[in-house]
Amino acid sequence: MPRPIQLYYDFMSPPSRALWIALKWGKTPFEDCPIALRKFEQLTDEYKKINRFQKVPAIVDGNFHMAETVAIVRYLSDKGQFNEQLYPRTVQERARVDEYLEWQHLNIRMACSVFFREAWLFPINGLAPMPKPERTQKFIKDVETNLGLLEVLWLEKDFLIGDHLTVADLFGATEINQIKLCQYNVNAKQFPKVARWLERVREASNPYHDEALTFVYQKAKQAASAKL
Amino acid sequence: MSRLATLLGLSQGSEDQQQLQTAFQESNRAKTPSRQTTNLKMSPIKYYYDLMSQPSRALFIIFRLSGMPFEDRVVALRNGEHLTDDFKRDINRFQRVPCINDNGNKLAESVAILRYLSAKGKIPEHLYPKYFVDQSRVDEFLEWHHMSLRLTCAMYFRTVWLEPLLTGRTPTEAKIEMMRMHMERNLDVVEEVWLESSDFLTGSTLRVADIFAACEIEQTRMADYDVRIKYPKIRAWLKRVRQSCNPHYDVAHEFVYKISGTGPQAKL
Repeated sequence: MPRPIQLYYDFMSPPSRALWIALKWGKTPFEDCPIALRKFEQLTDEYKKINRFQKVPAIVDGNFHMAETVAIVRYLSDKGQFNEQLYPRTVQERARVDEYLEWQHLNIRMACSVFFREAWLFPINGLAPMPKPERTQKFIKDVETNLGLLEVLWLEKDFLIGDHLTVADLFGATEINQIKLCQYNVNAKQFPKVARWLERVREASNPYHDEALTFVYQKAKQAASAKL
Repeated sequence: MSRLATLLGLSQGSEDQQQLQTAFQESNRAKTPSRQTTNLKMSPIKYYYDLMSQPSRALFIIFRLSGMPFEDRVVALRNGEHLTDDFKRDINRFQRVPCINDNGNKLAESVAILRYLSAKGKIPEHLYPKYFVDQSRVDEFLEWHHMSLRLTCAMYFRTVWLEPLLTGRTPTEAKIEMMRMHMERNLDVVEEVWLESSDFLTGSTLRVADIFAACEIEQTRMADYDVRIKYPKIRAWLKRVRQSCNPHYDVAHEFVYKISGTGPQAKL
């Protein structure tokens, strides 16, 4: 057996979680290489040799180094090392998943990651004060605009692309779960389809889903009690 | 077209008019043969775009370089043509350009469109490789660019050019400075990492990554940003990209050149 790929990741990074869950769920063997972002391990010279962009996730496959989660999914899929249900091979189906994966960057991912960064990451690390209520409202508005798009444009069926789980769902749900850290929970009355879909994604991808999110859940609780 | 030109404020002088006309005549000449060769059962894809949109230009150049026949469907963003209910229902539910309709199959998102057409054998391998190891290098760039180069160049363009035009208010110096800083942080990565040791972003030859990136960077010309001053590698690379893509590159950028008042002729 050749050596499996090495996956460099941190459970605090949404795309890291999506990729980790996908590999576990799809039974792709990999070597676990956690990188602690909170200790800035991604900024070391040693890690720069792994990934020149100094981000997670990243993989190493023999001598081949690859960054960017979607590019990693496509690479592993073409090598036959990625579950075909999660990332389909037929042209039409794949195009639908790709449409979501490209759409999400500047929509759901950006809105959730800005909110996370400004309302949790920076304040908790003393890099910036907690945003003022008006700013927080603006972050929430951006998130909810995108939740609205998921509700109306994407969730016509049980999952983002059709009737079963794909990587699109894992990418989407994991971004939304990240903002639990900012004490944001999707309101089931306001976004009923999104709320049901999040639960469906969780069920379909457990036990890996909850395992990947343990740390986020724990930190979210801490943040909540710190406020009280 | 003259209507669009008017809307863009480009039809003031007769010289402008003539240059525009020449550009579009050229563009039409280049289109004619592909239309005549579509003697197939399937009709060519319908391509919805506006050359004011960066990814629209990128796909336009890629399609032209690929010799892929397509039906021209210009969508005037300026007129809000993408915001109508008809557009949402019949063309693209996200109400954006670019997008395509391939015999009833509607698809949005430029990178997804590129991959779909590549899988259907419409994009030559030298632009988007089929061999997965080579392809993944191009994919790595395409995925990287959204939230870095694309986002920050677009924000700079919006802040300095588009928003003042729409609102009549000038942004503060501090805001422009912050936008410039965000953008240059990513231009640094292009200069130092992507162009570290090769002539093009993902290797020694032109690939779609270069075309997507160049179209994003060219957009900042309209906001009077000149990338070539601080970035010698980007400067040389942009020339190579333009040369490798012409005449299509200049056709796609006609409005950008006009609005910015910086034609490439003077620079070469």
